Amino acid sequence: MPKDHGIGASSKRREDVRFLTGQGRYTDDINLQGQAYVHFLRSDVAHGVLRSVDTSAAAEMPGVVRIFTGTDFEGVGGVPCGWQVTDRHGEPMQEPAHPILAQGKVRYVGDAIAAVVAETKEQARNAAEAIELDIEELPAVVDMKTAVQEGATKVHDDLTSNLCYDWGFVEENKPAVDAAFEAAAHVTTLELVNNRLSPNPMEPRVAVGDYNPGTDDSTLYTTSQNPHVIRLLMGAFVLGIPEHKLRVVAPDVGGGFGSKIFHYVEEAFCTFAAKACRRPVKWTSSRSEAFITDAHGRDHVTKIELALDADNNFTGIRTDTYANMGAYLSTFAPSVPTWLHGTLMAGNYKTPNIYVNVKAVFTNTVPVDAYRGAGRPEATFQLERVIDKAARELGVDPIELRRQNFITEFPYATPVAVEYDTGDYEGTMTKLLEMIDRDGFEGRRAESEKNGKLRGIGVNCYIEACGIAPSALVGQLGARAGLYESATVRVNATGGLVVMTGSHSHGQGHETSFAQVVADMIGIAEDQVEIVHGDTANTPMGMGTYGSRSIAVGGSAMVRATEKIIAKAKKIAAHLMEASEGDIELKDGQFSVAGTDKSVAWGDVTLAAYVPHNYPLEEIEPGLEETAFYDPNNFTYPAGAYACEVEVDPDTGKVEIMSFAAADDFGNVINPMIVEGQVHGGLAQGIGQALLENVSYDENGQLLSASYMDYTMPRAGDMPMFQVDHSSQTPCTHNPLGVKGCGEAGAIGSPPSVVNAVVDALQRAGHTNVTHIDMPLTPARVWAAMQG
Amino acid sequence: MTQVTMTVNGKAVSGDVEGRTLLSDFLRDGLRMTGTHVGCDTSQCGACVVHVNGEAVKSCTALALDLEGAEVRTIEGMANADGSLGTIQQAFQDYHGLQCGFCTPGMVMSAAALLKDNPTPTEQEVREYLEGNICRCTGYHNIVKAIMAASGQDVAAVAAE
Repeated sequence: MPKDHGIGASSKRREDVRFLTGQGRYTDDINLQGQAYVHFLRSDVAHGVLRSVDTSAAAEMPGVVRIFTGTDFEGVGGVPCGWQVTDRHGEPMQEPAHPILAQGKVRYVGDAIAAVVAETKEQARNAAEAIELDIEELPAVVDMKTAVQEGATKVHDDLTSNLCYDWGFVEENKPAVDAAFEAAAHVTTLELVNNRLSPNPMEPRVAVGDYNPGTDDSTLYTTSQNPHVIRLLMGAFVLGIPEHKLRVVAPDVGGGFGSKIFHYVEEAFCTFAAKACRRPVKWTSSRSEAFITDAHGRDHVTKIELALDADNNFTGIRTDTYANMGAYLSTFAPSVPTWLHGTLMAGNYKTPNIYVNVKAVFTNTVPVDAYRGAGRPEATFQLERVIDKAARELGVDPIELRRQNFITEFPYATPVAVEYDTGDYEGTMTKLLEMIDRDGFEGRRAESEKNGKLRGIGVNCYIEACGIAPSALVGQLGARAGLYESATVRVNATGGLVVMTGSHSHGQGHETSFAQVVADMIGIAEDQVEIVHGDTANTPMGMGTYGSRSIAVGGSAMVRATEKIIAKAKKIAAHLMEASEGDIELKDGQFSVAGTDKSVAWGDVTLAAYVPHNYPLEEIEPGLEETAFYDPNNFTYPAGAYACEVEVDPDTGKVEIMSFAAADDFGNVINPMIVEGQVHGGLAQGIGQALLENVSYDENGQLLSASYMDYTMPRAGDMPMFQVDHSSQTPCTHNPLGVKGCGEAGAIGSPPSVVNAVVDALQRAGHTNVTHIDMPLTPARVWAAMQG
Repeated sequence: MTQVTMTVNGKAVSGDVEGRTLLSDFLRDGLRMTGTHVGCDTSQCGACVVHVNGEAVKSCTALALDLEGAEVRTIEGMANADGSLGTIQQAFQDYHGLQCGFCTPGMVMSAAALLKDNPTPTEQEVREYLEGNICRCTGYHNIVKAIMAASGQDVAAVAAE
């Protein structure tokens, strides 16, 4: 019987009502008295020397308040990078300055050169067109392998080369890994591209800066997944505003998928300009602008090798990856191809020897950073593709090859620095096989063949490290921040609660699922619990939402704070009932004394806390409000098994997804409806990567996929109904809820099974030379492969 | 600037607009009705869909000045008279057909237009009709279910296919 409330119930989302009636309050819906608008003049060349920026004519245009250029920001810090990677020789990565507006050079199409603040959007845009630029165009650095060759044009003149870092992981293990390959009975090699993507949350980024000259306080309203992080980075590293004079508000945010984690120059600009102009300054990105300014994702070029012994046991994995950083280091960019990628290279398998090499490269392209999954999709894709290729080379069943090599005992310390606390990979695989009727595949294939279509089936597993992350560990790994989460639980006199969380909801439904947890712990109705997030003025310092961390880390902080509340409330209840504190039980919102019929209601206790007439004032303070910070002692490790069936049209190469099944282990689940929705969305983004989406640059660094005319977003007609299951549950062993997180799984786990399925369809049709096709598997690419 | 007058959600409104002012800008900036969203600049995402004289229109493609005297309906006008969610809105909540909520106004307005023309669409017809509405959160699974449910069809049968 499904639960109808509390933990485990598919409670309907309370936030939906405002979104469904047009009453949401997104950043672009905020308009401040007297606000001006900014339009950024951006570089239309990928690389060039900025000879001059003549704003004299533009300054005379109607409505212009002030025009800013790079020189206005010479005394201001640049946008900082939040993660320092140390290379395989023990040297720090190369870290270029990232100015708010271009200084001396432009380095990608979209680099902001000047900013016009005007009375209206239209006037700002008109005046920007009147700015005269003199740019001496330089050769663009686009291809990563060319970029790191001797004598290549440099993106940053003050760096020694375009190589940000050359990272080896684990460097000391390399000789043992090489020895494993020497001794291997079979080695499978695969070269592949993990295609560059644009995250594309449907809400474009917006920033509104405000300044109060009376108090010298600055406020930034912004489309962010982590307002406290923006406050810290922008205040301390860019503008020099102390945190107590700076408030950052991220109200309703229309999706993020990673792209709204980072601190962008437009946020710093609007905050700076509001003070300089003494009036609010608003920027609303257009979608075209989003394509050339929102951080992109993925963009790895990889060679992976898998060594097996004579019994088909995996004995070694060796990878060589080039990872694109773009023109500047975005906030967490260096961590993505390293600590979020190399640490996952063991996958679900007991491979004793693993070595990962990553060369991060600067190019004249938009900065690249975390996008849903961030490093883990890249790890999963190459591993699950090379296993499939190995199975084909060895003539063994790809599922059996995986099963044979599954990690089965936990905790399991991988050779790539992480320890999986729990899991059951056989369990999710068994569940998947129940879902997909593998035995019926041959019949379905024959049916497709009758219709002139080639049918294939692809399966893969995945694991991810979520619940990011233990602060002590990430500090050793180069993070310049902690990754705890926080919650303050404020109980009101009449018994209702407000939970102020450092997590941020931008589609995940925290206002509903977080309330379910607290209501369940106390035994009160969910509507007695309000969740507040997104405003540094009324939430404790928190690190925000990304890396599937909200319920695992933010939820744990909330549980800890609620436990403190309950402990104090029991003291009050004991006093009211003249009983011993140790005998007090809390159930269904009633405190009772064990073994007696004495009880007091939750509301009686909360009232006593604020009207302490009969109260143990000598022992405890009045009031009922507690804060907890939770720092996990490990990542969480969601895992699962996915399967895809496709039909390929042999005449056109068009791929159609016939079915997609996902069997996940997320540990305990708070709201199954929300969890399934998260998986659906992740699957669509993974299938989008596999079949449709691609950020494409030409050799001059011009972005060819800069609108929805050219960048193929998944539409409803591209997607099947999904089969999803999360009944295999091995609860996380180290957080109080036993939860693992579910936000990224679909995007991490789905691309390999799509590609495995297409290769399978082509192989079954006799195209035995087709062992791999690079994503996206467009009709043109699939058709070309079949001709080959 | 020229004055334009139209009816929005049954109420007469007017405002001064430039020749280039889009209906979406008139609604959002002129009338401060921010339920209608703008998610792209090439008329493809569909977050801005409203009804003009009963037909679904992307409000980012319509000039406000062209709509003198028109009847416009937006997401703010889709609830029941008593303020409760309308049938389509309720189905979106019941079937978790939204996450971040940004594409949702356009999805609901498109769904309403679809069901007016085709009261019991097949799953395939729903998917094809939504060609002009992009959602990045839901994978469309629950949007399709919500629209099928709003049309009174058996959603369990759709999901089991």
